[in-house]
Amino acid sequence: MGDLFWILLSAMLVNNFTLHLFLGLCPFMGVSAKVETALRMGLANIFVLVMTSVCVWLLNTYILVYAPYLRLISFIVVIASFVQITEMAIKKFSPTLFRQLGIFLPLITTNCAILGFAIFNTNRGYGFLEGLFFAIGAGLGLTLALVLMASIRETSETASVPAMARNMGLVLIIAGSLSLAFMGFAGLFTS
Amino acid sequence: MRETTPREDLIRGIWKENPVLVQLLGLCPALAVTNTVPNAIAMGLATFFVLTGSSLLVSLLKNWIPSEVRISAYILIIATFVTIADLVLAAVVPLIHKELGAFIALIVVNCMILGRQEAFASKRPVGRALLDAVGTGTGFMIAMLMMGTFREVLGSGSIMGYSLFGEHFEPWIVMILPPGGFLTLGFILLAFGWWKERHSEAIRVRQWPHGVASGEEVA
Repeated sequence: MGDLFWILLSAMLVNNFTLHLFLGLCPFMGVSAKVETALRMGLANIFVLVMTSVCVWLLNTYILVYAPYLRLISFIVVIASFVQITEMAIKKFSPTLFRQLGIFLPLITTNCAILGFAIFNTNRGYGFLEGLFFAIGAGLGLTLALVLMASIRETSETASVPAMARNMGLVLIIAGSLSLAFMGFAGLFTS
Repeated sequence: MRETTPREDLIRGIWKENPVLVQLLGLCPALAVTNTVPNAIAMGLATFFVLTGSSLLVSLLKNWIPSEVRISAYILIIATFVTIADLVLAAVVPLIHKELGAFIALIVVNCMILGRQEAFASKRPVGRALLDAVGTGTGFMIAMLMMGTFREVLGSGSIMGYSLFGEHFEPWIVMILPPGGFLTLGFILLAFGWWKERHSEAIRVRQWPHGVASGEEVA
């Protein structure tokens, strides 16, 4: 049990997907202008990550042992079709939620965090439970980074910023500082 | 939409619409593996190969791909080329391949590549698609090299592994760590913003040397 907890904590804080591994930068830059949308995007990501961990475990255990060179292609196909199915299901059962998620849902397919998660999961040889905890940790980490970024940006919206920093330059510098701050969590694991 | 000349197709991606520095696409590899120049070069070459290969194939097959499943078809084509690049790198430069790790496989979800297929290669003849891919790929390489040089020189005090400043140099370790990636790109974008601001200011001064009156007098 202790190991599972550390996997979760490590994926969430120390090896944060966005701030340490640069995965999922598109939503990090694109939908981090408002806290509410950022939070929703994060939750959608957690859901897809958890389902991906199940799919990847099934693929790795039953199919890919026979054809390892098909790994990448089968992962991307499974993720794409899974996101498509989720989208259709949500549209059918909860049109309100579907409207709220909007374009974010299909965009998750090309979110490198999901494919990156699938690959890391395989490379580290995680089993079913470990993969599940890794997925939750990674998802929480993504959400945390998104929400932190969005709240900083909401505040800086009203600040007077020099003209040259009105493009993404400022966002990247903020991201750099956040990433620097998150490096402090590495100390959790030395003791 | 205005028809572009072949020369424009080639040049555009290199600087004016540079995928990383201007459009902020494909940031994931640009930030993650630019901590040394050799890594940046390997990643740049792999991406260049995948982009050119998929643009060629997508452009050749554009009349056979039904538009409902086109995105999946593009991703499959891209994934095929990435698998080739992955295996080739593993065979030729195993050390670099190990350092790049999962990021080679992640070329599949590089939005720059999918973007070029959807916006350009699927609508143009083969020659044009190739020119566009070569231009965009070169632009990506330039951005990777800029970031890689900046980070390696400051972060390890060397370039391509050769020491630059002698032994009294205290390297800025942070530049080769993850925050350095964000900060480097941030500084580059700030420099661009500063230059653009000065540029537009210069134009304004030339057009209205006596200043611009506010309100209705201008109209």
